[in-house]
This record gives sequence, C-alpha cells and structure tokens, in this order.
Amino acid sequence: MLDLMTGNAAAAKAAMLARVEVIAAYPITPQTSISEKLAEMVANGEMNAKYIKVESEHSAMAALIGASYIGARTFTATSSQGLALMHEMLFWASGARRPIVMPVVSRALGPPWNIWTDHMDVMGERDTGWMQLFCENNQETLDLILMAYRVAEDKDIMLPAMIIEDGFILSHTFEKVDVPAIEEIDFYLHPFNPDVKVNFRKPRRYGSLVMPDWAMEFRYNNALAMEKAKKKWVEAGIAFKKAFGRDYSSLVELYRCEDADVALIVAGSAAGTAKVSADRMRERGRKVGVAKLRAFRPFPTEEVMRLGEGVRTIGVFDRSYTFAQGGAIYGEVRNALYPMASDVRVKGYIGGLGGRDITEAEFEKMFEDLLAIAKSGSMSKDVEWVALKDGSYRW
Amino acid sequence: MPRLTLPKDELVSKGHSGCAGCGATLLARLCLKALGPKTIINSPACCWSVVQGVWPRAALKVPVIDHAFECTGAVSSGIRAALDAKGIDDVIVVGWAGDGGTVDIGLQALSGAVDRRTDFIYIMYDNEAYMNTGIQCSGCTPLYAWTNTTPGGKNQEWKQVAKKPIMEMLISNGIAYGATVSIAYPEDLVTKVKKAKTIRGTKFIHALSSCPPGWKIPSSKSVEVARLATQTGIFPLYEYENGAYVLNKDVKTKPVEEYLMSQGRFKHLTPAMIAEVQRRVDEDYAALKAKCKGAGASG
Amino acid sequence: METYRDLPQSTYSLQTTESVRTGTWRTFRPIIDTKKCTRCYTCWKFCPDVSIEVREEGEYPRVDYDHCKGCGICANECPTGAIEMVREDSIC
Repeated sequence: MLDLMTGNAAAAKAAMLARVEVIAAYPITPQTSISEKLAEMVANGEMNAKYIKVESEHSAMAALIGASYIGARTFTATSSQGLALMHEMLFWASGARRPIVMPVVSRALGPPWNIWTDHMDVMGERDTGWMQLFCENNQETLDLILMAYRVAEDKDIMLPAMIIEDGFILSHTFEKVDVPAIEEIDFYLHPFNPDVKVNFRKPRRYGSLVMPDWAMEFRYNNALAMEKAKKKWVEAGIAFKKAFGRDYSSLVELYRCEDADVALIVAGSAAGTAKVSADRMRERGRKVGVAKLRAFRPFPTEEVMRLGEGVRTIGVFDRSYTFAQGGAIYGEVRNALYPMASDVRVKGYIGGLGGRDITEAEFEKMFEDLLAIAKSGSMSKDVEWVALKDGSYRW
Repeated sequence: MPRLTLPKDELVSKGHSGCAGCGATLLARLCLKALGPKTIINSPACCWSVVQGVWPRAALKVPVIDHAFECTGAVSSGIRAALDAKGIDDVIVVGWAGDGGTVDIGLQALSGAVDRRTDFIYIMYDNEAYMNTGIQCSGCTPLYAWTNTTPGGKNQEWKQVAKKPIMEMLISNGIAYGATVSIAYPEDLVTKVKKAKTIRGTKFIHALSSCPPGWKIPSSKSVEVARLATQTGIFPLYEYENGAYVLNKDVKTKPVEEYLMSQGRFKHLTPAMIAEVQRRVDEDYAALKAKCKGAGASG
Repeated sequence: METYRDLPQSTYSLQTTESVRTGTWRTFRPIIDTKKCTRCYTCWKFCPDVSIEVREEGEYPRVDYDHCKGCGICANECPTGAIEMVREDSIC
C-alpha cells in the first residue's frame, strides 16, 4: 500500500512489520520520532512488543543483548552522541553474535554542537563488527530494515546491523513509501529462532572469559561471518525483488556507469542528488556515473574493483573525515583499488558535514574536476573539502 | 538424627577459580540454594567474570549472561522483557554484581531498572572495593579503610567518607523488597532470598562478602570476620518491605574495634578514628532500630 | 578443538569447572576427626569450594581433596574443634 511518510515513520513501520518482540529506546534528535512512533504503536496494541524505556542508549543496547539471548527479536534506534555512548555495547553485541537491528539516524558529533546530518557518528563505529548499510530514501529505510533481519538472523551470520538514514534529510521528510502487507513480510521474514539462546536443559554461561589460546579464533569467526554476509545480502535482495519488486540485489548500485569516463561513489541521501547531477552532465554530453554504496560493512571490495576495471577515474564523496587521509569510504575504496593503483586514480571529496547542504551544482563541480583528472591523467590534491570557506572558494 | 539446615542441591560447581576463602563464592553457593535451577543470572565485569572459570568451562549450573561493567540493571530489564514477550513466567531473573558495579558505574542502569519496576532480584556482593582489579576504592569502601587508591601515605589519604547508603537510595527509588544478608548467617540468607522470589517487582539484596586478600585477613577467618561485622552493628541484618523495616538479628554486642582490628586494611586506625567509627555505628544502629518493628523473614 | 572451525558460534561454555583440580592450590589440608565430629554440618555449610560432602544426612562429612583449596574456614568454624589443618608437606 502506498503511503506518505517520513524516514523515521518508515523505520518504525518496518519494526512493526518485522514483528519485533522487544524494543529498548532512548530519545535523541533526530531519532526521537522513531521511539515515539513505536511507543504509540505498542500502546495502541498495533504492535505486540515489550517496550523498555531505558535511561540511556548504553542501556538500550545492553537490554537488547539480554533480550536477544532469550530468543527475542530486538530493535532500537539512535543517533550521534547516543551511538557513541553505545560504543562499548556495540562490540558486545557483535562479539556475542546477537542479530540486533538498529536504524541510525545519522548526525554530527559535537563539538561543534550540531544536530544535523553527517556520517561521523556511524563511521566512528565502523570497526565494531556491525553490518552498516546506507539508505538513499525512505523506501530503502523500510526495505533495508526488513532485509537486515533476514541477513542478521541467518544462522551463518548472526551479526547485528545498522541501517543508516540521514538525519532530517530523510528522517523528517515525507516521501512516498510502498508498505508491504505484514502477511507478505511473514512470508519473507521468518520468526527468530536462534541456535544460541538460554536453555534450561543445557545451562550455559554466555560470554565467558576466553584466554589468548582461543580468543583470536573467535574473532576470526566474526570476520568470516562478515565476509559471508556479502553473499547473504545479495540473496536477501534477490528474494526481496521476487516478493516485492524492488531491487536491492547489489551492494553497490551503479547508475549510468557502463560507458562512463568518471564515476563518483556516494552513500546515503546524497546519492540521489548525485544522480540528478549525473543526468544533467549526461545531457551536456559528459559521460559520468554514480556508484551508490549501499553496504559499507560488509565492504563490497569485489564490486568496487569491478567498477575500477571499467572506470579509471573514481571520486569518493564522504560525509565524514577520519583525521588521516580523507573520509572513511575513500580509505576503503583506495584500499580495494590498490592492486590497480597504476591504472586507476581515486580522488576524495569531503562535504556535507554538520548538515551542510550538498547541492547538484557542487556534484557537477566534482564531476568536472574528475573529468579534468581523467583527461590530464594527474591530480593536484588527493582529497578536497567541498565548498569550504577558505577564501579562494574554488567551487 | 543430624540434619542439613540448608537445601542440599549445589548449583555452584567444584573447581571454580575463586580465591581460597572467597566470601562471594560462598555467597553464590548459598544464594543458589535458595534460588534453584530455574534462574537466569546476569553479571557484569567483576570478580565473578574470573571466579566462574575460563572458557570452555563454567562454574554455575544455571544459565549466566555476561556483560559489561555498567549494564546489570539494563540487561535484567531486557531479559525480563523478552521472557514476558515469550509468555514465560516461571523464571527468576537475577542481577549479580559487585559493589563497584552497583553503587558506582552500574548505579544509573540499576536506578533505571528500579524505576521500570523490573521484576528481578539484584544481588550486590559487597566486598567493599574493586577486588578483581586488585583492591581499589569503591563507593562501598568503608570509612578509613586502606585500598590501593586510598593508600594512606604521608598525607593519611585513607577512605575519607562512609559507604554510599545504597539501600536507602534504592528504597527511595522504589524497590519492592530490600534485605541485607551475610555469609555468616546462611539460614537467614536463604530465607530472605526465598522470600524475594515470591515478591513482584525489584528486589535488592545487599550481601556482605568478605575478601581475604582485599581485607587482609587469613582465608580461614572469612566467615568469622563477616559475623563480627554483624555482631558489632557495622552490618546489621534487616529487611525492608512496603515501607516497613524489620531487624532480623539484634545481636550488636561487641565493640567495632574487634571487627576493625581483625583486618589488615584497618590496622593503621588510631584510637580517635576507632572512636569515630564507633560513634557513627552507634548512631546508625539506633536510627535503624527506631525504624524497625516486628519479626522478619527469618523470625 | 583444534581449529577455528571447531569453535561454537559464540563464547558459551561447554562443560563445568569440575575437571579443574583446584586441590593443587592447597597448602594446608583439613582432616576431620570423626571422634570429635558431631555431624552438625557447619563445615559443609560454610565451604566456598563445595568440597565438603555429605552424601546422606546422618553420615560424617568428607573432604573432596581434589577440589579443596585449603582455606581453613571449616576448621575455624567447627564448633567442636574436630577439623585440623595440616601442612601438605608434612603428610607422607
């Protein structure tokens, strides 16, 4: 059924459709309306879930880890400082192999104190062992949360997942969303029935002290599960397409990249803007494309390499900065393309931090910059801050 | 015929890694006799992370969920919510944490759990310092005690303040039942834990658990010193329920000096300091007695 | 278990600690004198190591020397002084 809803309403709706059993949530802008909507649905009996009003995000994650060990499907949502506060328990959730699904409404971390979107919060958690997927629009937010349960709870995976929607740009903006019937979802997403859960016939200790003789092998198994998750996301995408018609069967969605001279890798809502810019450039005969990065963890190394084989000049737009070389996605892309370093040039663009608008015109400038690099075969800077007020204002 | 005065079943395994004479281990053994096998324990980083042994072995014969230091209240709420969601109502949920994990780093989540009226038993095994990390001062370390972070030294930097009044804090917060228990009084302990099982809401058990290395006492004196804490009025055994207090063992007969001087951590106390402790204990005990009426769980 | 493939999916326990012989920690060995023992089971009650066994009510308590750490609580608490702590190296 078509409906008009915000990204946060779509996220809450997805939790309802997934028949989530335990919710633990704490308010934070711009996530708050997810927790409110869920509280309302539970209070009205539209959702048969237990809602724990926790006193912090740290406790939200801790409570869900406990609930998941009983075998309950669990859900929370957060943003920014709240995600940072959860940090310790994010490691716990992934190490304990609890398939918790959590939309993160991305927002800057202060200072500079700021409630608007960027990806510094989620990139700060990239090494916690969580799967991380970016949404371009509200439809994707709903769909990816449902898919996330299917992948996270797969017996070979058992890893938690963050579904990232950009604060305000998606979370508070109304868009048309096709909402599947819950019966259709039941067919796509089966009840959670994990092998590892509390069982009185076999009382066990979950989360034992592990000595150096085996701790590394447990970590390796986490790494293997993350690697296997690539295939599982593709499979979940194919099944989703079959059931609902929308296609999420690739970890990197290519837009007009086939014959492109240059391509820009973008994650999140900015991908939509970049696509419009690409269309404009194409109208002017400029062969540019957009590669929308859907999955950041697991990282689609093979897909990025395949892109590099066809397109020899690649830009990466990051809404985050790592205080080293560029943004987080840029680092991963350069890593993935290192084996073809002599043939492919990669340029990083940092922009849209602290909610700064990133416009079609700015993407066009990035494309022009990339085309110039492709033509000359050289670039003066590896990483550039987009639309930075530096006095020269090159853009 | 000679009789056992406690349930016979053992839910703590032999071969655990607790120190010789560990009060907390004895406490777990006694508490589990009262709790029974249909119990889920959750426990943060504390001595018990180690006492339970190293993977792939574990010392408790009930399910245990380990988690991080500040989480006990939150994980307990999560476990109970999931049991409720599944319609399971015959399971006792127990949060098992040390004093630092309760009155310091875990206080926020515990207060949240009480505020949510989570139906569980929180057992604080109080060995009066961060013992697992090697004896550092906690909010439960007593006045004037030595620890590695209240080392005395040239400036006489011993613990400067009394223990946090955790029971009073939680009573104000809204617990349904509160009780102090001691490893030196096992029958009283078992009776109170059994009673806690029958009450809905949040139950808080404050258990004094002697620690031979941390208190600097011989391992053989673990129970004796815990008993002295009650006999000197330093750790009275009482219950709280529905606004009423009950003193279970009115056995304050000895001077605090006897308790203090039995332990290396107090050996530096001057007569003036001992007198100050005595004054405070007399005052606190009188205030408690004024609040207490009637007979409690253990008669 | 030989490789990472043999591990369970997460770090849950597979057996109890019973196979750990904590009796090797012991410096002093408790010896119960059944002539003095009144079978009050105080020693059983206070043993932190589950190492004093009472198989049937009425029987004398016995020490499990495979696990007893020799803390001496039993000897200290015994109301009739029926338990003596004896240095391990003095026993041949």
